[in-house]
Amino acid sequence: MLAYVIRRVIYGVGVVFGVLLFLFVLFFTVTSPDDVARKALGERVPPAVIEQWKANHGYDRPLFPGPGAWTENMLFEHYRRMLTFDFGRSDADDTPIVERIRRGMGPSLTLTLPLFILSLGVAIPLSLLVAFFRETYIDRLGVVISVLAMSVSILLYIIGAQYLVGRILHWFPISGFDSDPQLIIRFLALPLLVGIMAGIGGDVRFYRTVFLEESNTDYVRTARAKGCGEGRIMARHVFRNSLIPLLTRVILAIPFLFMGSLLLESFFGIPGLGAITVDAIQGNDFSVLRTMVYIGSLLFVFGQIVTDLSYGLVDPRVRLE
Amino acid sequence: MSPLLEVEGLTTCFPGTRGPLPIVDGTHLSMERGEVLALVGESGCGKSMTALSLMRLVPKPGRIEAGRVLLDGRDLLELRVTEMRAVRGSRMAMIFQEPMTSLNPVVRVGEQVVEAIRLHEPVSRAQARERCLELFAEVGIPDPQARLDVYPHQLSGGLKQRVMIAMALSTRPDLLIADEPTTALDVTIQAQIVRLLQELQRSRGMSILLITHDLGIVNELSDRVAVMYAGRIVETGSRVDIFRHATHPYTRGLLRSNPVLAAPGERLPEIAGVVPSPEDWSPGCRFASRCRHCFEPCEAEVPGATPVGEGHGVACHAVAQGRLEGDAE
Repeated sequence: MLAYVIRRVIYGVGVVFGVLLFLFVLFFTVTSPDDVARKALGERVPPAVIEQWKANHGYDRPLFPGPGAWTENMLFEHYRRMLTFDFGRSDADDTPIVERIRRGMGPSLTLTLPLFILSLGVAIPLSLLVAFFRETYIDRLGVVISVLAMSVSILLYIIGAQYLVGRILHWFPISGFDSDPQLIIRFLALPLLVGIMAGIGGDVRFYRTVFLEESNTDYVRTARAKGCGEGRIMARHVFRNSLIPLLTRVILAIPFLFMGSLLLESFFGIPGLGAITVDAIQGNDFSVLRTMVYIGSLLFVFGQIVTDLSYGLVDPRVRLE
Repeated sequence: MSPLLEVEGLTTCFPGTRGPLPIVDGTHLSMERGEVLALVGESGCGKSMTALSLMRLVPKPGRIEAGRVLLDGRDLLELRVTEMRAVRGSRMAMIFQEPMTSLNPVVRVGEQVVEAIRLHEPVSRAQARERCLELFAEVGIPDPQARLDVYPHQLSGGLKQRVMIAMALSTRPDLLIADEPTTALDVTIQAQIVRLLQELQRSRGMSILLITHDLGIVNELSDRVAVMYAGRIVETGSRVDIFRHATHPYTRGLLRSNPVLAAPGERLPEIAGVVPSPEDWSPGCRFASRCRHCFEPCEAEVPGATPVGEGHGVACHAVAQGRLEGDAE
């Protein structure tokens, strides 16, 4: 077990190293340090100021290691900062990045955590129900609605909900955020609604497939042959055996709750980590962007290890070696 | 006394490209109390579907279209779903061909037997566990106490089948349906399971509907035999009737092609042709296209059962019209 965890951690380190390299190469393929500086300072600044800014922020060095610059290059600095968790300051507005993450995490979690729980709470009973009525009109209707729901772009849900619920019906504010618990519900209502609607189709379809697959197994036939009712079969036999594919999807999603939701936050004006990431992409803010990507990849690797460990808990056949 | 089980005109259909196909077609069966009836036939002839139809467990999109299944005179096909559920596992129980996958992999085996008991009887968990322990001992599971709390994957195929048998017996059913109970097992284990079923049948006096294609097992276990071909019963009779006085051309071909009965060094005779797929079934006798004795009515008319002896019936036009003698070759 311990050996397994150690092995997985070593693989994980490899993955994170790769992600950091990929991000670095990709970023500086599409932009240059000059662009980063210009985005931070504005378009009409003298070249001397740009050079000064680049020198201050370490963007004047060569990108990759080479003769005479084995450590004095940006890639080395990139790894050094990330691996020592020395995130530094934003390229765009010079605020400490750790401070921004701390401030963004709260709003992100107030959106993603309820969204996660509500989505699960709606999708799993719904897909159990659809799977229970397999090969009837209820099942077919469920699948058609699911496919429709997942075929519509989340952007349409966002705009549609903002227009209909916010502008026409005036039930909830179109966007914004307030940490006052009295007001927060009103601001969260729309993004939650949109988030659930955008995700539910894919979720129900996935869980339904999982449940149906288990419903056609021999041990379910045995359960029926010994006189088990269909409801009991679903709850006791099918659901427990469905936990493995279910956990894969669910546990892996948990770490990303901390990362916020890119689209929902930026469209609904929620000052969370998702919005910070989108701003960093738009503002060529490399130091913020890489921090978010780095934390994301760490959480992903961590989530995968936890998922694999959880298999051992729900399935007695799994032994981790 | 009326028979324990009487099946009349049971027909189970699956949708085909040109309308529903009767995979089980007008099956008649009758079983006395304490009797072992073997339902014999090759793969795909509808034996398993017959068994599942009796339990009303035909997988979708299959459907029981017609017939009666009388257990102690009560028609199971008329029962409501909840009433049928009370019959399953308590009056009639079933074991399957695949012991490897027939147990729930994430539930301890003892718990699965306990569930079967508690579904039908208002006993406490502890009492049910006690019963399970006795059952494990009865079906010959070594060290039953320790085996209560293992998971199926920790047991061999033979032990899993013994657990399945224990589960099936847990509520003292009158009828055990054993669907190819030994097919997936090693030969030595097969013999053990056959012996176990034999012992249990004698000690409990229960009836067994044994579904198999293994004529050796039929010969060892059964009192009576029903031979099935392409969805229909073609011959029924006592074990002696079938093995010594086989009359239907298919039954004869089947027996002749059995390696156990053949002389060493001799090429096994085979039945010419292949089993027609349900889509190609003729309106008459389904064996007609492969039968040496085929004549005019065979292709057109379904042969009815002709009695050729006490409790020995054959569905064959040639036999009915005296062209084929009971014992003649």
